[in-house]
Amino acid sequence: MINIVWGIVFVLLAPVIGGLVAGIDRKITARMQGRVGPSILQPFYDVGKLFEKEQAVVNETQIFYAICYFIFMIFTGALFFASGDLLLVVFALTLAQIFLVLGAFSANSPYSYVGAERELLQIMAYEPMVIITAVGMYVATKSFNVGDIATTTVPIVLLLPGIFLGFLYVLTIKLRKSPFDISTSHHAHQEIVKGVTTEFSGPSLGLIEITHWYETIFLLGFVYLFFGFNPLIGVVAVIIVYLLEILIDNTNARVKWQLAVKSSWLIAIIVGVVNLAALYFLAGGVP
Amino acid sequence: MTYLAKSPWIIHYDASSCNGCDIEILACLTPMYDVERFGIINTGNPKHADIFVVTGSVNEQNREVILNIYNQMPDPKVAVAVGICATSGGVFRECYNVAGGIDKLIPVDVYVMGCAARPESIIDGIVTALGILEKKRSEGASAPVVTDHHMNKEHHKHAEGGVQ
Amino acid sequence: MQLAQLLIFLILFPLIAAFFLFLAKKDLERAWIVKLSALAIAIVSVYLLISTYNMGGLLFSVVPAEPTGIIMFFLEMLIALAILYLGIVHKKWLVVGLILIQSVMMLWFELVYAHSVEVSSNLFIDEFSNIMALIIGIIGSLICVYSLGYMKFFHESHPEMKDRRPWFFAIMFVFIAAMFGLVFSNNILWVYFFWEVTTLCSFLLIGYTKTEEATTNAFNALWMNLLGGVAFAGAIIYLAMFGNGIMGLDTLLTSGKVIALIPAALIGFAGLTKAAQLPFSSWLVGAMVAPTPVSALLHSSTMVKAGVYILVRLAPIFQATFTGYLLAMIGALTFLIASGIAISQSNAKRVLAYSTIANLGLVVACAGIGTYEAIWAAILLIVFHAISKSLLFLSVGTVEHRIRSREIDDMNGLIVRMPKIAAMMVIGIAGMFLAPFGMLISKWAAIRAFVDVPYGFVFIIILAFGSAMTLFFWAKWMGKIITVTSDSKNIEGEVDHSEWTALTSLAGLSLITTLVFPLLSTKLLEPFLMENYGHVAQLSQDNIIIMIMMLLLLVIMPLSILIPQRKDKHVQAYMGGRTTTHDMWFSGSLGVQKKTVLSNYYLHEYFGEAKLRPAGIWICTALICIMFAATALRGVFL
Ligand code: SF4
Repeated sequence: MINIVWGIVFVLLAPVIGGLVAGIDRKITARMQGRVGPSILQPFYDVGKLFEKEQAVVNETQIFYAICYFIFMIFTGALFFASGDLLLVVFALTLAQIFLVLGAFSANSPYSYVGAERELLQIMAYEPMVIITAVGMYVATKSFNVGDIATTTVPIVLLLPGIFLGFLYVLTIKLRKSPFDISTSHHAHQEIVKGVTTEFSGPSLGLIEITHWYETIFLLGFVYLFFGFNPLIGVVAVIIVYLLEILIDNTNARVKWQLAVKSSWLIAIIVGVVNLAALYFLAGGVP
Repeated sequence: MTYLAKSPWIIHYDASSCNGCDIEILACLTPMYDVERFGIINTGNPKHADIFVVTGSVNEQNREVILNIYNQMPDPKVAVAVGICATSGGVFRECYNVAGGIDKLIPVDVYVMGCAARPESIIDGIVTALGILEKKRSEGASAPVVTDHHMNKEHHKHAEGGVQ
Repeated sequence: MQLAQLLIFLILFPLIAAFFLFLAKKDLERAWIVKLSALAIAIVSVYLLISTYNMGGLLFSVVPAEPTGIIMFFLEMLIALAILYLGIVHKKWLVVGLILIQSVMMLWFELVYAHSVEVSSNLFIDEFSNIMALIIGIIGSLICVYSLGYMKFFHESHPEMKDRRPWFFAIMFVFIAAMFGLVFSNNILWVYFFWEVTTLCSFLLIGYTKTEEATTNAFNALWMNLLGGVAFAGAIIYLAMFGNGIMGLDTLLTSGKVIALIPAALIGFAGLTKAAQLPFSSWLVGAMVAPTPVSALLHSSTMVKAGVYILVRLAPIFQATFTGYLLAMIGALTFLIASGIAISQSNAKRVLAYSTIANLGLVVACAGIGTYEAIWAAILLIVFHAISKSLLFLSVGTVEHRIRSREIDDMNGLIVRMPKIAAMMVIGIAGMFLAPFGMLISKWAAIRAFVDVPYGFVFIIILAFGSAMTLFFWAKWMGKIITVTSDSKNIEGEVDHSEWTALTSLAGLSLITTLVFPLLSTKLLEPFLMENYGHVAQLSQDNIIIMIMMLLLLVIMPLSILIPQRKDKHVQAYMGGRTTTHDMWFSGSLGVQKKTVLSNYYLHEYFGEAKLRPAGIWICTALICIMFAATALRGVFL
């Protein structure tokens, strides 16, 4: 069942592709704003520079949490691409995310502290939708195995249109795009400085940046699952979804956490109930 | 050539400027000048920054802050004084509360002239700073923790609190 | 024969220990009795597991029903008299009324029906009872050992309270005996007897300090559990009237839903009260006034576990019935609402209480669904919850004695101030909500169980939201503990030896059970499920390996701290450019000195107790009414 080759491919290639995606993102964002924008390789320069810098920390435990975040995010992604169990992947993702939060908490700094609380709120906002998505995929394909879902002939997106939209909604939170970049953002400074990453600097910040690349690729893989029945459509859809996220990012202002949590929960309830119920009735799940 | 020069992240601090220079710095971020094409990002966080961009002059209220931000930046780092005020105190030089330019407190690497400094010259100043940044890195020099000898005792205690 | 003696030993031995503890007045004597009996109980419960290994369910008829039954009835009436007396003295008329109704019912049963009821085997043991016995025998005893140190300190720091430790320890051991009796009894009358004993013990322990608040809360717990007792007595009378003399759990389970559903619903209701499900959650929260080991005992190995134990036992009857779905709904809603309320609580013990209620709700939901997968999840939940929760309660108790506060915000920087106990707490909290620890495995199992049942998606959605909230309140607590405050001093000092033994054993248990959980599943759960359902639930080999990998990674990671690192530059936290002293003082505007204080988010506006609890109570009361109405209607029509 487990396909280790794909897992290793992910570990090796994801940072390259993820970095490029981040670079393209910045370029497109710049163009949307009428700017020239940085080189597509800029994210690599940034991370390269961060590793050249000095490590300045409030206390050493921060580095430990950053490393844990890095390792468990890789673990999550590798498990996903190696055809693991989708629910286990979701739980591993949570574990990774919690390490980032703990890293922010450990610094005992007001800005990263508020960032950590907001990050937790964001996790609380997207978690139900992600679990519902995983379950929806199970109902559609009768398997929790990522490999089975990815290679199924069932057009999942047609069975789960509501869940797909709901997932796109929370994807904005996961990718830290406006309007939901409330705990930290990729853009210029915000009201809580840099939120969770405020107290990280140099190599540990670089590590977090690479972790984001891994995460992006993992999430795009998740989007692909909806289109697993046709790889070509799948890849095109993933690209369109990412472009859409960039568009949303550039046309929205940051919202308060209240709205982020309420709206994503509302959407999760509506699409979750309606879509899953419809699916159960279609599949004759209800006697 | 290392990555340092390709990705200078700045922190901008408005000491006691008249806001003229600050507007010009922000102008650098607009599509017109678009400093992001050089990889420059305004981070607003000393711990992420490589270049300390200061506008305005030193006074009693902000000397503590300037020191704190500078000391919190990880090495290698450079300081850029933007505008005449930051360079020497400018028109405010004679004020009762103004101590003078930023170099009264911290080692300044680049001075950008003008009142207000033009975006072109600000960008030029930062690009000049990149060379210095690169030199500092290759020398492996680490900036000393800067303290303020003009401060009274009470201030002094806090300022050093910036670095453990 | 020999096995039956083991069971009887486990039930009677704690009673003997309790008797001696009641007499022992010296600290040293008490310490020895508690330690030795705890050891004996733990060893025998493990030995029981070994000697019944691979034997499936076994029934025993060694203890004759008759004289025992009479003695039990006699004791029941004594308990009733005692409660009646206390109720009248304290003018708690609700309690008086309920105990009167209950006694009259049992008296009626004894006079009219008792002779027509015949149970051949009164005791039994199977894998599930075995697991429960391990929980009671190991975790329960560890809590008793912990209490030695705790209660000593408790009375030293509260000189105004009367030192009634002999009484306290005696009741603790009676409690353990009653729990053993409950999980080993096949005769429903016996289950009922032990059920009432646990009610009484919890009442006495909650009211231990005799403050006004403690007395009020103890009576609050009492009336709710008596209400459950009335329902239980109702089930017994129903069985006697319509049940053709069925009075054994084994015969009840095989008697078919027509007969069994109504008594099962009544006993299920009793289970809901004991497991502190909404609308009866308030007694467990109120029970927090008792000394911390009492809370640990009530929450992990006894009392509430008795409630879910009986529900899981009866689960095959609930499976695929409307009653079962409603029961599951009550559990699921309790999980959701209690998790929400836990977010708004700043008192550590209240957070723990609400999280217990929530997790038991999940067990009830699984029991109501009643499929083999759901039961598998339910039993895993019971096991892992018992371990993590007792660990958390005991560490909170120890911390409380050091910092004199139960507030989570006061636990800021615990990792610096009390590194060892903080590590225990982190293990406990991680055990409650993070992969790959036990509770998360169980939740995972629950999701898998729900996807395959009709209307399961409703439960999944509730579970998804509930676990998101769970994550929020655990993670923010964990964040508080691991915050590194550079100014703090280590104030851990010497932790009492008995407390330390209990804490390390529990922390070790929580790691080990996660590691050996596949073994637990194949050797105990699967035979149990096979016997009762004919199906087996399990995680695939791959997943188990992955979980173990995650666990090993988690265990290895902290070792990386030992690797010598180059000296990092230490900088103070960014305070917007303000310089700050090491203990986070800074000069604000106009030179006023201020201290930075960081507090968790509690979101009272959205998750406040005042807001969610009434809603939960009304909804769940309505559901219970519908459940009884539907069950009764079904009984009439069939
Ligand atoms: S140099 Fe001129 S424009 Fe700049 S801050 Fe000073 S007075 Fe204002």
